[in-house]
Amino acid sequence: MTITEPLPSPSAPLDRPLLKATGEPLRERAFKWLLWFCMGVGLLTLVVLLTYVVIKGWSRLDSRLITNMPSSVLPETAGAQSAIAGTLWLMTFTAIWSLPTGILAAIYLEEYGDANRWYNRAIEINILNLAAVPSIVFGILGLAFISRGLGFGPTILTGSITLALLVLPIVVIASREAIRAVPQSIRAGSLALGATQWQTVYRQVLPAAIPGIATGAILALSRAIGEAAPLLMLGVSFVQFNPDGLMSNFTALPVQIYSWTTEARPEYGTLAAAASVVLLIMLLAMNSVAIYIRNKTQRRW
Amino acid sequence: MTESTPDLPVSVSAASGAIADSDESNNTDGANESVITTRDLSVFYGSYQAVRNVDMDFGKNRITAMIGPSGCGKSTVLRCFNRMNDLIAGARVEGTITYHGQDVYADDVDTIEVRRRVGMVFQKPNPFPKSIYDNIAYGPRVNGWKVDSMDDVVEEALTRAALWDEVKDKLKESALALSGGQQQRLCIARCIAVQPDVILMDEPCASLDPIATSKIEDLMRELAGDYTIIIVTHNMQQAARVSDRTAFFTADVDDHGVRHGRLVEMDKTKTIFTNPSDPRTEGYISGRFG
Ligand SMILES: Nc1ncnc2c1ncn2[C@@H]1O[C@H](COP(=O)(O)OP(=O)(O)OP(=O)(O)O)[C@@H](O)[C@H]1O
Ligand SMILES: [Mg+2]
Repeated sequence: MTITEPLPSPSAPLDRPLLKATGEPLRERAFKWLLWFCMGVGLLTLVVLLTYVVIKGWSRLDSRLITNMPSSVLPETAGAQSAIAGTLWLMTFTAIWSLPTGILAAIYLEEYGDANRWYNRAIEINILNLAAVPSIVFGILGLAFISRGLGFGPTILTGSITLALLVLPIVVIASREAIRAVPQSIRAGSLALGATQWQTVYRQVLPAAIPGIATGAILALSRAIGEAAPLLMLGVSFVQFNPDGLMSNFTALPVQIYSWTTEARPEYGTLAAAASVVLLIMLLAMNSVAIYIRNKTQRRW
Repeated sequence: MTESTPDLPVSVSAASGAIADSDESNNTDGANESVITTRDLSVFYGSYQAVRNVDMDFGKNRITAMIGPSGCGKSTVLRCFNRMNDLIAGARVEGTITYHGQDVYADDVDTIEVRRRVGMVFQKPNPFPKSIYDNIAYGPRVNGWKVDSMDDVVEEALTRAALWDEVKDKLKESALALSGGQQQRLCIARCIAVQPDVILMDEPCASLDPIATSKIEDLMRELAGDYTIIIVTHNMQQAARVSDRTAFFTADVDDHGVRHGRLVEMDKTKTIFTNPSDPRTEGYISGRFG
């Protein structure tokens, strides 16, 4: 807003109250509406989707899901126990492989690597590109090199390594952002007191970056938990037992849901919806853990 | 390692040929052991020579002020003394800097040890996002000191920094909740806690109000008995009030139109402020005093 005439002196007689609001300009309001609209579209889609899945799966949302094993013959007694257990195993090891690797890679790139060196730039560009590779390609990689090449077969080990590779770029990128957001003055302050670079990273930079890293980690695992394509590629399918180790065959919720939706009988559609709800609940639980970590670490500041 | 012997009264500032009347009045404070000495010091950022040919001596337990117009390289020189310039990609130092006669930039020097002995307080207070207690304890901890009682270390550092009374009841609270002036005193306390020998301060009062500033100045005078203090300031009154010796820097434009910082003269503060040998010093100071 530009002032085109001098403000009237407060003592001069006024034709309108001096400080009266003149109302929001139309442009401001239009922009606000646009923001509300966009948010509404996002929210509405989510609500519709959730309601649809819950309603559709409602009749099968009971303990059978957790206590019974999957079956392609008897939809009434079929459950998803082995898939739930498989997903838990898978996520645990995906996290174990991808989080330390990704966070350490981010620390290297941000704190140690000289960004002008060609190999560091090459790593950086590769990571950005990897983040855009479709998950099925990682499935092919896992099948060719891990499952067949190393002979691990369609096991928890193969599945978790494949998913870890898939989400590694997300972990790296998010962790780098979080590390970069730590002000330089904190590093300078630490080094000026005679701390080594590793002490500075470990005691100052990482704690300050944890909220951001936790968010990135959850984003990554949320992506991994819903992936069916790379697992199908690896040949993961129906099993009626829970995994008992890294070398155990397994099934996972997205695979299970997918195979149920391809069954002709409508009972399996209901089952798939119910299993989707279970998957969503696991996702929400993971997100709450991240929020908890974030709040807890931020309070220390 | 270069064993450079600080032959005290010989060197003369690169700029000031003329020496004022007093017999102690060249830049090498003859009466005092020199803690930090620079000879022919030049600092480069890439190919740009930010500071050229600086010869200075900093006497033990003295406060030396570095003054001069913006961009003349005061911070650049200051960062050489504890090798903080190492953190800047492309920064390079030529000439020698010695600390108690030892070359600070020798290959076998441990930068960690340099930074522990030559502490630094920054322009903007930069407390760690931790409790007040942990801010102070950080230095002793990272240096791996076995102390009988960390509580005592913390109390002593805070007392020396004139902050103890204000924070003694909230040591476990976040340092970020302190006021700017308190934060800066906390940073000084944090620096003292690692028992340095020299304290570098780069415009430590730049973001503080006059009351906080005067507290920090009192503190500097208080600490001067035990520490060698080098302070960069734009505040002439501050330099006049707190320092024993003053170094005046300026920037020259060379044949190619590039500005290079250099030392004009360094002398007792009183001499610099009342009877400087270089007209540029007088011009700068009188301009500032108005
Ligand atoms: N990190 C850097 N990279 C490149 N050039 C730099 C860097 N830091 C400072 N310089 C340059 O070096 C010169 C001296 O800068 P310096 O910060 O030492 O000046 P100063 O005397 O401290 O100024 P001020 O009083 O404004 O703080 C300036 O020309 C500046 O542009
Ligand atoms: Mg400066």
